[in-house]
Amino acid sequence: MRRVLPISLALAGVLLWVCACGGRDGEPGVPGERRPQPVSLVLLEDGSPDPSVLAEEQVVYRGNGEEPDTLDPHLAVGVPAAHVLRDLFEGLTTESATGEIIPGVALRWNISRDARSYTFYLRRDLAWSNGDPLTAEDFLFSLRRAADPRTAASAATMLLPIQNAREVLAGELPVEDLGVELLDEFTLQITLTGPTPYFLGLLNHPIAFPVNRRNIEEHGAEFARPGKLVSNGAFTLSRWVPRVQIVLEKNPLFREAAQTIVERVHYYPIEDHSTEVKAFRAGEIDWTNEVPNNQFKWLQEHYPGELVVSPWMGSYFFGYNLTREPFVDNPSLRMALVLAIDREILTEKVAQFGEQPSFSLVPPGMDGYVPFTPEYADWTQAEREHEARRLYEQAGYSTERPLRTEIRFNTSENHKKMALAVASMWKQQLGVVTTLVNEEFRVFMQNREQRIVTEVFSAGWISDYNDPYSFLEMFRTGHGRNDFGYSNSTFDALLDQIGTERVRARRERLMFEAERTLMSDHVIIPVYTYVTKRLVSPQLKGWQNNVMDHHPTRHMFKLRLRTGVEEGAAPAAPPEAADAGRQE
Amino acid sequence: MKQEGILRHAATRFLGLIPTLLLLITVAFFMIRVAPGGPFDSEKVLPPEIRANLDAKYHLDEPLLQQYFRYLGQIVAGDFGPSFQYKDWTVNELIWRGFPVSAAVGGLAMLLAFVFGTLIGIAAALRQNTAVDYTVMGVAMLGISIPNFVIAPLLILGLAVYAGWLPAGGWDWSWQRMILPVITLALPAVAYIARLMRGSMIEVLHSNYIRTARAKGLPESLVIRRHALKPAILPVISYMGPATAALITGSVVIERIYSIPGLGSYFVQGALNRDYTLVMGVVIFYGVVIIVLNFIVDLLYAWLNPRIRFDEVQ
Repeated sequence: MRRVLPISLALAGVLLWVCACGGRDGEPGVPGERRPQPVSLVLLEDGSPDPSVLAEEQVVYRGNGEEPDTLDPHLAVGVPAAHVLRDLFEGLTTESATGEIIPGVALRWNISRDARSYTFYLRRDLAWSNGDPLTAEDFLFSLRRAADPRTAASAATMLLPIQNAREVLAGELPVEDLGVELLDEFTLQITLTGPTPYFLGLLNHPIAFPVNRRNIEEHGAEFARPGKLVSNGAFTLSRWVPRVQIVLEKNPLFREAAQTIVERVHYYPIEDHSTEVKAFRAGEIDWTNEVPNNQFKWLQEHYPGELVVSPWMGSYFFGYNLTREPFVDNPSLRMALVLAIDREILTEKVAQFGEQPSFSLVPPGMDGYVPFTPEYADWTQAEREHEARRLYEQAGYSTERPLRTEIRFNTSENHKKMALAVASMWKQQLGVVTTLVNEEFRVFMQNREQRIVTEVFSAGWISDYNDPYSFLEMFRTGHGRNDFGYSNSTFDALLDQIGTERVRARRERLMFEAERTLMSDHVIIPVYTYVTKRLVSPQLKGWQNNVMDHHPTRHMFKLRLRTGVEEGAAPAAPPEAADAGRQE
Repeated sequence: MKQEGILRHAATRFLGLIPTLLLLITVAFFMIRVAPGGPFDSEKVLPPEIRANLDAKYHLDEPLLQQYFRYLGQIVAGDFGPSFQYKDWTVNELIWRGFPVSAAVGGLAMLLAFVFGTLIGIAAALRQNTAVDYTVMGVAMLGISIPNFVIAPLLILGLAVYAGWLPAGGWDWSWQRMILPVITLALPAVAYIARLMRGSMIEVLHSNYIRTARAKGLPESLVIRRHALKPAILPVISYMGPATAALITGSVVIERIYSIPGLGSYFVQGALNRDYTLVMGVVIFYGVVIIVLNFIVDLLYAWLNPRIRFDEVQ
């Protein structure tokens, strides 16, 4: 029995320790107040930070979601790869910290009167990271490579506005026939099939980034590796251990190397959102890619200065399958279900991340476009519910004869919560009996596409480029992603007109009309517009929120921490509050 | 005589490996292709022109049987092909980068589990039905029943976030980053081995030859070490074959929570992404590892158990 005592004591110790950890979790301020705080940001006249407030070590550690699929800019599809590629390369255009399209490799450009021909005048003194001069020839080579059928680039969809791109991709025309022409060593002309107002934005997509010809010819499929990759952006690839990290070093030959403050950036592929938050809390990363959906309240309480939530150009909605019972030819029933859900509750209590309730398809803030708002957006929820009941009965349903339907979604905690909440609102307001069906992602996508079993399904769309058209086009008759089976000749005609309209205001008007047509047909159940949400160290500045969620490291810098003296001098002023004004 | 038997046994086993692997490859090859959706399906639908280019590049436009034989040909040459998802890497590269990590973490965990598990099991068996026995077995039961996705975040929160003694995750081959994943993986195995060891030890201690040994007046420690240990450890050895195979080929849960670049995630991610070549590569690799480890267990068994002789099989 004497030996029992130490073991029991040890056990009790372990248990106590575990409990103690659990307990400390709830203590307010433990993670917050003892965290070292940076000095306040002081800007010089030219807008750059005062050197005296900068940290000695300008190294940024960024969580980056999943492992990037590739660092070949033309083959990359995923968002994580795009984050790294925007640091490595620069296109003809680039973007400011706010996401505004600004001159990149091209110093300026002319757009022809019919808006179909773009002439780019490149900067003359640029070089690749290996010292090769960067000329218009490099862009000609790169755009042809991206459109070459042998490259088999998925993202080449983005090149389709360029003349002959479709034929080249189909192998019907040689790559030399692509609508890209060299006018001289530093002048490039790109011809489009029709007016494409977002074309300058497309040129900032990795598919339009230049690659170094010599680099590819020398290393073939393995050119995008550390020690081999030649790039023209603010950083160069220094290390890449798959699923561990990607390390980029400042490129001394970059055209704005003098203004680039960060010396090195580490990208960590951390798939698990909770793990990422733990790494942030342990001080191992300055920037998370995401935060877990269920930790909003806790983070808001404990990391108010670090939690950043900002609108994103994506919409979350549910879609109807219009080709099957019960929704085929039944707009009143569809409208009833649209009206019966309470978006305030869905965003505040279910999604919880400051998502904006939505009554339309296109999220606000897209390139100046103001989305169509249906009449019922201004009603009170009680009025909507009243009208929903009227329409429900008009469609022939009642408490005795309730609608039986299903909501189908791909397996994810968030979709499940949403579907459950929507189903219970329908049940409560109308008495609808809803079955929830969850499926693995690719199974779900295939079922959506085939339109044989679906009734109501979760959907969402995050645009690749800053233009409302990317939301509207998938509702066109026969579009590959038209999982709704929507077909309206008026709507299709409007889309055709948008494709050829070159006057901005008229084009916007047409898009508004198209959205109005779509929303009046009740093809979708709009729920909310997406937000980006992450934790950012208060030391990391220079970046700004934008709807694209693009944050090139070259705009960033790190503030130094307060010394003991400064700590005593200004203990009350929270640095986040002081900086917030400049940051927004 | 015994040597020869083992050699013959080894030869038969390795010949038997070929049809097993062929069956494995065939089933896996067709199963992953039957699964709905393909490697290039996503929310953004590809225009048919681009889709055709991708299919041509990865030979997905060929008839299925032709693809199958093309793949078999590749494997014979030792080439698992390029990954569909991680386009800069070949499947061979990914496996050879992932396996050492999984093997290090899993191997250390197994070693830890074996040493502590057997010691705890013996201690409990020797004090059968005392407080020590009940405490240890109670804790072991907890160790088996608490899933590692609960233990792992607790360990990170306690030791990394609050105490700051260890990193929260990531990988650089340092012991600091290995410690938590190894412990998390080892815990259930320690518990399981301890229970196995206790059970078989108690059984052996009640057998006649142990009574004889004691009657001859041998000291208890010698009885345990010389006579009881070898037969008692047999069930543990047979458990360790498949268990080691499972541990050293990586656990997707552990890899996700600790952000470790092991093999387990390639298997799961590969299947979810319909990365045909990656899934196939990992499946075949798993198959080989399991067959090899089972073979090692057989050899150990023969060495430990005087009742098994390979030459008698013939």
